[in-house]
Amino acid sequence: MTSVPTGPIDPLIQARGLTKRFPAITAVDAIDFDVAPGESFGFLGPNGAGKTSTMRMIGCVSPITAGSLRVFGLDPTADGPRIRARLGVVPQSDTLDLELTVRENLVIYGRYFDLSRGEAGRRAGELLEFVQLAERSGDKVEPLSGGMRRRLTIARALINEPDLLLLDEPTTGLDPQARHLLWERLYRLKQRGVTLVLTTHYMDEAEQLCDRLVIMDKARIVAEGSPRELIERYATREVLELRFSEADREALGTGPGADPADRVASGDDRAAPGESRHDGRGDGRLDERFAGLAERVEALPDRILLYTADGEAAAVAVHERGLLPESVLVRRSSLEDVFLRLTGRTLVD
Amino acid sequence: MGSLLRIAPLPFVAAPRAGRLVERNILVYRRIWLVLVSGFFEPLFYLLGIGFGIGSLVGTVPGLEGQALSYAAFVAPAMMASSAMNGAIYDSTFNVFFKLNYDKVYDAVLATPLGPADVAVGEVAWALMRGSLYAVGFLSVMIALGLVSSPWAVLALPAAMLVGFTFAALGMAATSFMRTVQDFDLIFLVTLPLFLFSGTFYPLSAYPPELQLAVQLTPLYHGVDLIRGLTTGALGPGLLVDAAYLAALGLVGLAIVSRRLEKLLLK
Amino acid sequence: MTVAALRVVEHNATYYRRTWRGSVVLTFLSPVLFLAAMGLGLGGMIDRAAPGVLSGVSYAAFLAPGLLAAQAMNTGTFESTYPIMSRILWRRTYHAVLATPLSVRDLLVGELAWISLRLLMMAAAFLAVMLLFGVVRSPLVVLAVPAAVLTGLAFAACVTAFTATQTNDSGFSSLFRFVITPLFLFSGTFFPIERLPELLRPVAYLTPLYHGVSLTRGLSLGTLDPTGAAIDAAVLAAYAVGGAIAARITLGRALVK
Repeated sequence: MTSVPTGPIDPLIQARGLTKRFPAITAVDAIDFDVAPGESFGFLGPNGAGKTSTMRMIGCVSPITAGSLRVFGLDPTADGPRIRARLGVVPQSDTLDLELTVRENLVIYGRYFDLSRGEAGRRAGELLEFVQLAERSGDKVEPLSGGMRRRLTIARALINEPDLLLLDEPTTGLDPQARHLLWERLYRLKQRGVTLVLTTHYMDEAEQLCDRLVIMDKARIVAEGSPRELIERYATREVLELRFSEADREALGTGPGADPADRVASGDDRAAPGESRHDGRGDGRLDERFAGLAERVEALPDRILLYTADGEAAAVAVHERGLLPESVLVRRSSLEDVFLRLTGRTLVD
Repeated sequence: MGSLLRIAPLPFVAAPRAGRLVERNILVYRRIWLVLVSGFFEPLFYLLGIGFGIGSLVGTVPGLEGQALSYAAFVAPAMMASSAMNGAIYDSTFNVFFKLNYDKVYDAVLATPLGPADVAVGEVAWALMRGSLYAVGFLSVMIALGLVSSPWAVLALPAAMLVGFTFAALGMAATSFMRTVQDFDLIFLVTLPLFLFSGTFYPLSAYPPELQLAVQLTPLYHGVDLIRGLTTGALGPGLLVDAAYLAALGLVGLAIVSRRLEKLLLK
Repeated sequence: MTVAALRVVEHNATYYRRTWRGSVVLTFLSPVLFLAAMGLGLGGMIDRAAPGVLSGVSYAAFLAPGLLAAQAMNTGTFESTYPIMSRILWRRTYHAVLATPLSVRDLLVGELAWISLRLLMMAAAFLAVMLLFGVVRSPLVVLAVPAAVLTGLAFAACVTAFTATQTNDSGFSSLFRFVITPLFLFSGTFFPIERLPELLRPVAYLTPLYHGVSLTRGLSLGTLDPTGAAIDAAVLAAYAVGGAIAARITLGRALVK
């Protein structure tokens, strides 16, 4: 599954058959991947796909069950402290120290990395500027907004000038403005040559930030490539989204009572790996109605997606067939569509 | 790290980095120093209320070597020992539990080069430093009130620290098994009887012989006996037994803690 | 008490059914242990050293009713610190309650009624222990139960008023260390306040716990003087009513913004 060039540059992270089992579940099931220095690498997948478990193993706070993992060429089991010394970690939920001020959070964290007090203080000042929190430096963490806390957590992760920054769902729960500010800061870090590894279940985030990503589902990697490559491989250029009235949906057989296994009508001959569901045995009525209009048709509970190179043309054709959707939207296809194609499910419910 | 822990004695591996955690706690308490100071008053109130108040009803008690001892001089070292216990228990149970399960302080710490052993040693070290502050304060009060009759009393300071160490280690070990806040009632269930029945308020001789044996198995009894021996000048080999018993229990606690913490934190 | 306030009691009782184990330890076992250690162990020493120093009663008989009143203080205080703060600030239960037809006044009455119920349970159980220890000297002791409830209520009302003014729980450790512990030790529970330094005696006399102890002790030992008892009860009632009025104001400020 890996397509990383095996050149003179050693990968920063190398996983082979990496597995994490908990008593009740297998969270990560024998995955392989490499992350090259300077790269921005993403794990995309729904909740419970195994992203966070993978991140925790890379962060040396979760022993691996089987397989092998090398970070900076070192073994997390034996060299945890040496690896962590070069990592910056932004966990999924903020673990800021509520008993300390904004600035103290950074300074004390720097001390954990054996920075001198002076150096930790100097870097804290710079980082607070970088994440635009300098004017809050004396405040407690409690009153900060979600976006501010997230920025502070990122500043904290940078205090040791890490070679590798691990970000677990960096913008989950943030408003759009806060997300864009964060993305911009992360982009600047990437420009400086910091290697970023992040998990997300937001398509736009993965498209914005990742040079390369893997899509995870049910503890396994189901696809890998750059965002563009994945879209080209698993989706069409455009998507036509149609919403029908309740009555029309019943007539089309995509109402709430429809069998989800039968809701895909496929006119697509490009097979996705590791799946046998898209075998064209879709709902007869859907096939009939949309035959020839798109490469592939996907019926979601609330709308129907037509995958096609030209959405406008498809929309016109839909009308010509006498179908009258309540709303019509033409958009470029995204990683969301790739995920839907690969797993038959949407990412964020 | 796991294998290293099992080979080398914990404190020697972890000491330098654990200091960073102590630094964090000092920073926190610099702002809420009143909470820190208030901890000193509790044993003082007890000394005044029980030692002098009830003491006025009791008069004198036979000391460890049979000499007549004012009741306040009898109770004061016991208050010193039990406040060392209470302080260490508080720091190592409630504080650690909340940091572990709610504030997630340690999750952040473990993303740095620090490991679970550093966390355990750091928290115990902090509990000890805080406890020794109280011990110094309390011993000064005892001297000022004329409740100290031997220069050996100076050794009551390290003795109080030893008591603190034992209970901090045992407390953290217990905390690592706690699941909900309600489980902490069990800690009261243990520390309150210890406080009341460990020869703190009346001599061991007040118990029937079988009970005396049971009392002698408790750690606080040895803490009280040790400190009382030092402040009243009743020295003997028994004090070494006290110290050895406390140290052994503390080390057992610490061994449990380092294993359990690894389990709890490195999932 | 209104029907609305009764709903608050019901809510708390439901919650208590799940958490009673812990409070049994705190509210019941702790005075029993104190009674065993101080009353029997230490009491034996006192009774031998100075027989008759407590007007002829044993130290255990002197101490037990004092502990009953002190435990009423502890229960009343504890129940109106963290649990109340939790419902105002953390779980914000009160905000949900006030979105229904219930008013702040219903809330307060309901909470105090609930605490009274807890006090009643604690006092009845403690009375059984006193009988078991054989430290009761008068049948009037049954009245010590309502006396203990009144004592606890005086604290609960005042402390609720205090809790509603707080924005976090850091004030509670000061409350316990600088108010409750000194009251516990110096209000006559363990030794008569005549043994306090002369300057402190009037201070002790002003505290609610002193009057609670005086009332329960008089009833348990059968040494009650009607005038003194009336004064004790009046002081406790004044604290309870005053506290409740203050709590009505501070709770209102905390909840209705």
